Amino acid sequence: MLTKRIIPCLDVKDGRVVKGVQFVQLRDAGDPVELARFYDGQGADELVFLDISASHEGRKTMVEVVKAVASELAIPFTVGGGINALDDMKRILRAGADKVSLNTAAVNNPDLITEGANFFGSQCIVVAIDAKYDEELGSWRVYTHGGRTPTDLEVITWAREAAERGAGEILLTSMDSDGEKKGFDIKLTKAVSEAVSIPVIASGGAGNADHFAEAFVDGKADAALAASIFHYKETSVAEVKSFIKEKGVVVR
Amino acid sequence: MIGIIDYGMGNLFSVSKALERLEVPYFLSENKLELLEADALILPGVGSFKDAMGILNSTGLANLVKEFADTGKPLLGICLGMQLLFESSEENGLTEGLQLLPGHVRRFPGTTPEGETYKVPHMGWNRLEFLQGSPILKGLAEDYVYFVHSYFVDTDENEVVISQTSYDVEVPAVVGRGNVFGMQFHPEKSSSLGMALLRNFTELVGERMSVK
Repeated sequence: MLTKRIIPCLDVKDGRVVKGVQFVQLRDAGDPVELARFYDGQGADELVFLDISASHEGRKTMVEVVKAVASELAIPFTVGGGINALDDMKRILRAGADKVSLNTAAVNNPDLITEGANFFGSQCIVVAIDAKYDEELGSWRVYTHGGRTPTDLEVITWAREAAERGAGEILLTSMDSDGEKKGFDIKLTKAVSEAVSIPVIASGGAGNADHFAEAFVDGKADAALAASIFHYKETSVAEVKSFIKEKGVVVR
Repeated sequence: MIGIIDYGMGNLFSVSKALERLEVPYFLSENKLELLEADALILPGVGSFKDAMGILNSTGLANLVKEFADTGKPLLGICLGMQLLFESSEENGLTEGLQLLPGHVRRFPGTTPEGETYKVPHMGWNRLEFLQGSPILKGLAEDYVYFVHSYFVDTDENEVVISQTSYDVEVPAVVGRGNVFGMQFHPEKSSSLGMALLRNFTELVGERMSVK
C-alpha cells in the first residue's frame, strides 16, 4: 500500500536555509546539505528546497546546493523558486533534483507546465499553489510572487488546469494557515485533493503531529509538508510518523 | 566496469552518484562499442516510452541493448528503462519495446473495479513483496522503495516477476529472467533497500567473473 509522505521543506537563500513566518520574517536555520542528511536519517520521505534568493548569484549557488544534496542522499527531492523557463528546469534537474516546482511562472505562462511535462515527464513537474480564502470569491484565490500578488484565478479551477496540462503533483500552501501552527487548512486540502487525480501535498500550518493525521485522514492529502516545526526541533519526522501510524495512517 | 547508457532520457546524475556511493566504477556512454565492452549495463529512463524507443531505435542503441543481453552479461533497466525491456507500451499510442521480457505496459486505470478513483501517478514509497528467490534479492528483507510512474507492466508470465507491490493492481516492481533485470521504482532514490538492490546487481558482475 502506498504510504503517506512527510516532507520537510527547506527555504534556501544564498545557499543557507531560512524559514519565513507568514512569508515575512526570516530566521537562519542552517546548512542545506547537513539538514537534508539529518532529515533523511529521521525517515523523511522526500525533501523540498525552495530557493528564495533574489539575486542571480544566489540562484547559481542553488545549483551547487542541488548537486551537493544529490551526491549525498538517496531520497527524492524537489526544487522550487526562480524556475521561469524550460532552461531553468534543465539546470536544476540535471544538477540532480528529481522534480521542479513551478508557481508564479506557471500562472503567468501555463504552457510552461505542458512544455516541462512533455520534455521531462509529468513526474518531474510540481505546480505549487499559494492559496488564500477570499470572501468575495466565496473560495480560495491564487496568489503569486511569494504570496504578495493576488491573481484572478480560483484555486480549484487552477489546480484542475495544472493537472490537465501535465503537472504530476500539486503543492498546496494555505496562506491563511502558514506560520500559525494551528493545523493545515483541511477544507482547502480536501477540496483540491478531491478535484484532481494527481497527488496533493498539504502545506502551511503544521504545529504538531496530530495536524498531520488530520491532513491525511480528513484533508485527503497524499503528502504533508512542514518547515519550522522540524527545523526548530519542536517535533521530528520520526515522532510524527509513529504518532500518525497509531491513528491508522500508513507510513514508511 | 558498469556502463550507463546515455541516450538523453535518463536520471543519469542520480544513478551515477548512487554507484559512486557504492564505490563501483562506471562510465556513461552512447557509444555502442564501448557499451558492448562493459561488464554490465544500466538502462535508465525518465519520460515517455515512445520518445525513448524513438531515440533508442534511431541511434541503434536498441540493437545494442539486445546484443548485450545475448552476451549473458547483466543488464538492468530502471523505471522507464525497465518498461522498455518489455514487448510494447500503450503510452502515447502503441509502441514496440525491446522485447527482452514478456509483457505489456499499460496505464493505471485510476478507478478500482468498485468504481473508486485513486491518484495517478503512483508516486511515493510503497512496500516490496518478494515473490521468488533471485540473486538480486540476496540477503535483503521486504521494505519500502520510491515509485513514480503512471504506467505499469502487465504480464501473464509470473516467472519474470521477482517482486511486486500493490497499487490497486499488482505492480511488477523487480523483474528478471536470466541476466536481464528491471526495477520499476528508483533504487537510487530508495534509501537503504534501493542501495542494497543496486549493490546486489553490481555484485552479479563479480559472480559472473568468478564463474568464468
